[in-house]
Amino acid sequence: MKIIDALDVPYRTLNKLIDTVLLNNNEENIILKNIFGQRYIGRGLSYKNSLIQIYGTPGNDMASYMNGTKIEVFGNGQDAIGNTMNEGTVIIHGDCGDTIGYAMRGGSIYIKGNVGYRVGIHMKEYKNMKPVIVIGGKAGEFLGEYMAGGIIIVLGIDISKSEKIVGKFCGTGMHGGVIYIYENLEDYNFGKEVKKSEFNEKDVELLSKHIKFYEKAFSRNLEYLRIEKFSKYVAIGKNPYSNMYCNY
Amino acid sequence: MINKEGKVKIPSGCAITGIIDKNGNKFNGEDIIKSIALMHERSNGLGGGFAAYGIYPEYKDFYALHIFFDDFNIKIQTEDYIKKNFDIINSESIPTKKNPKIYDPPLIWRYFLNPKKDNIEKKEIDEKEFVFKCVMEINKNFKGAYIFSSGKNMGVFKGVGYPEDIGKFFLLDTYEAYIWTAHGRFPTNTPGWWGGAHPFTLLNWSVVHNGEISSYDANRRFVEMYGYICTLKTDTEVITFLFDMLIRKHNIPLKKAIKIVVAPFWDDIEKEIDPSLKKELKSIRSVYASALINGPFSIILGFEDGILALNDRIKLRPLVVATKDAKTYISSEESAIRVICNNPDKVWMPAGGEPIIALLKKEYR
Repeated sequence: MKIIDALDVPYRTLNKLIDTVLLNNNEENIILKNIFGQRYIGRGLSYKNSLIQIYGTPGNDMASYMNGTKIEVFGNGQDAIGNTMNEGTVIIHGDCGDTIGYAMRGGSIYIKGNVGYRVGIHMKEYKNMKPVIVIGGKAGEFLGEYMAGGIIIVLGIDISKSEKIVGKFCGTGMHGGVIYIYENLEDYNFGKEVKKSEFNEKDVELLSKHIKFYEKAFSRNLEYLRIEKFSKYVAIGKNPYSNMYCNY
Repeated sequence: MINKEGKVKIPSGCAITGIIDKNGNKFNGEDIIKSIALMHERSNGLGGGFAAYGIYPEYKDFYALHIFFDDFNIKIQTEDYIKKNFDIINSESIPTKKNPKIYDPPLIWRYFLNPKKDNIEKKEIDEKEFVFKCVMEINKNFKGAYIFSSGKNMGVFKGVGYPEDIGKFFLLDTYEAYIWTAHGRFPTNTPGWWGGAHPFTLLNWSVVHNGEISSYDANRRFVEMYGYICTLKTDTEVITFLFDMLIRKHNIPLKKAIKIVVAPFWDDIEKEIDPSLKKELKSIRSVYASALINGPFSIILGFEDGILALNDRIKLRPLVVATKDAKTYISSEESAIRVICNNPDKVWMPAGGEPIIALLKKEYR
């Protein structure tokens, strides 16, 4: 276990330091202390057995292009966490900003609290690679915008009755993937490319698996959540814009 | 000669931050510099600036004009015009400290002024309108002179460079204010020049802005009908003018002015249950259609009583708010708040179009 005090360390220096530690010293785990906004932490890392624990507020594009490392943040995250991430796990013990999981292609992101706008924008999947974002609290508008694949789960834990579990325009432009929300929402919350879908056993299995992970990661007992209360939303068509420029 | 705003288009984010002490306690510029400096990557060195409220208590009854001059010739011409319209209480070069990263500064002066009563009466307008007209006149017709701050007991300090260097250049650790706002610039459509840095001000209003206003021309044509002259051809300027027009000239309360610039969607108005509110929102959107600000933005509007932070309606730019005791912090990134306020009472991200208004407590105004 290597501990790095990141106070006043610029992001380039810090990320190179992390590379060096993982490569040369064969260190499996790193603790980063005093993180204030350093960007791109964990970018492109492919050390599948390594864990990076972060204390502070990591900057934008954390875990971008990540290929397999595990990152745990004890604090809030900022914007664009898991941008184009391929593999690995991100656990945030707090809230997060906008565009989490931007164009994410694989791996999983678990957020204890709330997230901002456009989370899961342009997520995609291919064969066995299916990215997953689990949101403990509520999500802002445009959740799953242009979503092409993968899974988004919104649990709505600890939100008050006046708060909306998901903002407007959910799934606008969606043409793949699936969104599970712990509430039955009215149609006007969604983009016109989204429809409600029936549940099957695989859905139950999948939700139970991720809820269990959440319970363990954040030491929360969620036995009171009832799987049948989730609503499932999918894309109406696979290719809604294929004729957009061909009809004239 | 370098190309100025409006002559060249450079396609290309910014950083904003703001602090208010609602008890009116003043603090120097060190914290705001530290906060904006943390977001160094959001700027590119082509503009940085600060607005500070409460910095001139000894001159609080006078208009403080901060002016950039290209040369002494235009300075003399401008001063002649100022002398005709104002009594000059004091004038001086704004103190700066040499910094290797800040080069080619213009002449930077400040004037504490009292408008001549006779001139105001001749024009049959109020004092603020008189000052407004003088500012417009100089910025339009005195080529090489640019008033970048014209309020009372407040001032703007800005220029080309990274904001932390601009802050040190202007010795902001020597000023004490109860509101500070700051901006780090990454010019998106125009090259950077000293006048084009944020904040953009008029009278006591100041605006720092991250984003790009796609409704600029519609907004510009609208404010021009009320005597505003957009001399900088940059989108942020028009936001400052819109707020001044709505609140000062049209006497619209701040909260209603916000409903105008980030008007609710027609779909949402249709869903409104309260008939009188529905009617009001419809009339706002009809009468002030051209004052709607569209395009991505997060802004902080500063004025003598407080600050307003606002996002565009679909939140295309980041904005984080935190509170600690009597202080409210606003920034593009949470880390830029935590670096100066380690243990905030509350941290959250407002929704798109949801205004955050932090005002001085009444007894301290």
